[in-house]
Amino acid sequence: MATFKDFRNNVKPNWCPGCGDFSVQAAMQRAAANVGLEPEQLAVVSGIGCSGRISGYINSYGFHGIHGRSLPIAQGVKMANRDLTVIASGGDGDGFAIGMGHTIHAIRRNIDVTYIVMDNQIYGLTKGQTSPRSAAGFKTKSTPAGSIEQAISPMEMALTAGATFVAQSFSTDLKDLTALIEAGIKHKGFSLINVFSPCVTYNKVNTYDWFKENLTKLKDIEGYDSSSREMAMQTLMKHDGLVTGLIYQNTERPSYQELVNGYSETPLSQADLKLDQEYFDKLTAEFV
Amino acid sequence: MINQLSWKVGGQQGEGIESTGEIFAIALNRLGYYLYGYRHFSSRIKGGHTNNKIRVSTTQVRSISDDLDILVAFDQETIDVNYKELHENGVIMADAKFEPKKPEDTKATLYAVPFTEIATELGTSLMKNMVAIGATSAVLDLDIQVFEEVVNEIFGKKGQQVVEKNMEAIKSGFEYMKKQLGSEATMQLEKADGNKRLFMIGNDAIAMGALAGGCRFMAAYPITPASEIMEYLIKRLPEVGGTVIQTEDEIAAATMAIGANYGGVRALTASAGPGLSLKMEAIGLSGITETPLVIVDTQRGGPSTGLPTKQEQSDLMAMIYGTHGEIPKIVMAPSTVQEAFYDTAEAFNLAEEYQCPVIVLSDLQLSLGKQTVEPLDFSKVEIRRGKLQTGELPELEAKGYFKRYEVTEDGVSPRTIPGTKNGIHHVTGVEHEETGKPSESAANRRAQMDKRFRKISNVQFNTPVHKNAPHEEADLLIVGFNSTRGAIEEAMGRLEQDGIKVNHAHVRLIHPFPVDEMLPLVQSAKKIAVIENNATGQLANILKMNVGQHEKIEKILKYDGNPFLPHEIHSKCKELF
Repeated sequence: MATFKDFRNNVKPNWCPGCGDFSVQAAMQRAAANVGLEPEQLAVVSGIGCSGRISGYINSYGFHGIHGRSLPIAQGVKMANRDLTVIASGGDGDGFAIGMGHTIHAIRRNIDVTYIVMDNQIYGLTKGQTSPRSAAGFKTKSTPAGSIEQAISPMEMALTAGATFVAQSFSTDLKDLTALIEAGIKHKGFSLINVFSPCVTYNKVNTYDWFKENLTKLKDIEGYDSSSREMAMQTLMKHDGLVTGLIYQNTERPSYQELVNGYSETPLSQADLKLDQEYFDKLTAEFV
Repeated sequence: MINQLSWKVGGQQGEGIESTGEIFAIALNRLGYYLYGYRHFSSRIKGGHTNNKIRVSTTQVRSISDDLDILVAFDQETIDVNYKELHENGVIMADAKFEPKKPEDTKATLYAVPFTEIATELGTSLMKNMVAIGATSAVLDLDIQVFEEVVNEIFGKKGQQVVEKNMEAIKSGFEYMKKQLGSEATMQLEKADGNKRLFMIGNDAIAMGALAGGCRFMAAYPITPASEIMEYLIKRLPEVGGTVIQTEDEIAAATMAIGANYGGVRALTASAGPGLSLKMEAIGLSGITETPLVIVDTQRGGPSTGLPTKQEQSDLMAMIYGTHGEIPKIVMAPSTVQEAFYDTAEAFNLAEEYQCPVIVLSDLQLSLGKQTVEPLDFSKVEIRRGKLQTGELPELEAKGYFKRYEVTEDGVSPRTIPGTKNGIHHVTGVEHEETGKPSESAANRRAQMDKRFRKISNVQFNTPVHKNAPHEEADLLIVGFNSTRGAIEEAMGRLEQDGIKVNHAHVRLIHPFPVDEMLPLVQSAKKIAVIENNATGQLANILKMNVGQHEKIEKILKYDGNPFLPHEIHSKCKELF
């Protein structure tokens, strides 16, 4: 059986020292081993940006696509091979700006893909511009007088879009994060895990210390019930979204694959591509 | 006796104009006639003039006819818009309900037939279309029993009484019109051969070709005139375990299809101009990651929303060069419904063999024009998967990656799909080395660019040019692509009668351009006329780029939203001499 070390490759990440993404990578590798995967049974699809490079740092099948499109690519991979474990990942710009349309529709479609967002509230690879997760007033190169736009609340947004698995974590909480990724992989349907992953170079506001001060762990809230969408929404609003843990899970709604009419039990990637003559004759008979 | 006929039915959109044409055409197709349909419609659901023009012939026809024999009108607008197409022995049959008026400058005969009144007396005005079919049969001296089978199929589900009522409507229309005609000569059609052929639109053939070619997944977004491809596959793919996802946008459609192809299933996406514009970045991704991808572009009037329900062939340059940067790509352009079937099936082979995007270019008239098609030969469809690795692979070195982008002589590298043991590699739209890891090295960049372009330096395609070249030395070579083929063929016949020696080349593989096939034809012609539905002469320019001979190449262009008519090509070509 593979261990987390089997999911390591020999590529040195080009992230800055201290970047939160290192821990996210480690948590993904641990979670993959913990759920019993072999490296070839995992496909990691990522977007563009610092965090988008993650698919190249894990010893598994990896697809580094185009900006904002990790989710449609990942859903295509999963539809082609329903036996694969598919993780999509990228930054907050990738998932909540250029790719926001795909995020909402992946949530409501509910294909069995786990989406991990490395949320640093800033654009890093382009050297420090505002992101849709930047708070109002946040000063960056593109908002020298402070952002005048409202930040997106991705967890609330996911709940209203009909998400069946919504979680949030902090990159330093390696154990909790690993457990959440495992739960996301096991969840039948789409799972969204937003991870606060501080940018040590360009974001001097949302630092490791800032998160430590401002985050509340859901397991510390007495009576929190992650099967209640209503409680999830109220708690998020009360804490301005700054909570970590499993926010909401619906285990009753079937995944997209289970609902598709006629969808093959064996992966489509193994389908016999040749039709038989009898079936072809049936196809043409429609047009006589 | 006549051996061909042109019939048109028109009215307001949403009045059942299309189904009237459909019933008439299916019945005649089953008698063994060749049909070719053209729908004039607008980008709205109810209201607005629409018409369905159907050509009937005892021999294969692939073009709209120049003129019109019979016009069935459900409103005055239909007469006013279309009467000029009628020749002097033409017949207008118009619903008496709107008190039709015949324009002064036509010699055609107008009959006011109480379509609505007869239908209402029989139970519902909805059957006025059936009355019109009956009246048409009287003019053609056609036995109305030929419609019984079709009426049964369409209305059988609603019960025997509905079938009988509809047949009665046809009969009443027939009898009424017979009385009106009296001893007037009818337009009696020569008997057809009775052979069974298919009657379908290009989009049906594209979708069926995809299915036969092993496509098991489609991601698409609705758009005119491509949606029928998706609708067909939504119906059929579940029968073979596959499925279609209607995505949130065109970008998702293209990238999801890329993900699915990377995952190992043959996947398709199809759209028209605006959708293709949105897919461009994804096409580049497919190119640099060498992920197979089949994309259908059913051209319509552009740019932007342009003329969404009209004919145009203006995406050519965008399809060849579109996406930023440079990638290997194959662009094919079937010219008939049969070719649309075989070429789409073959596109999936080429996509896997050359590991690049393959664009199947169609145009509105080919995609939506319903026509008679000779039976399709399924035994001609092959499944070839190129260098896809299916057997067991040698163990990789510790932490090593499979050389997915190995520099090879033919440029094509071995390919593994996720799930394959010892096949792990990285895929990225960033320039990369042989295992897929990002690399900015100049030497590697040259090696990978050269490797990718080597792949398409020798594309093997069955018939890159459809040639009808009876002359060793021709006065004129006519060049076209997609749906102009039929109109060119008819114009060619007339030019030959005028004493002009004409060769015809219809380009089926647009890119890489078939220079070896085209050059001798160009060299042996005194003049070249390139026929295309666009304003700038894109194919003519491509021809000049590839074979030179600029001084001989003339552009004959039409960009008003309508397909070429044979007489237009005939007269424009004559002007060259």
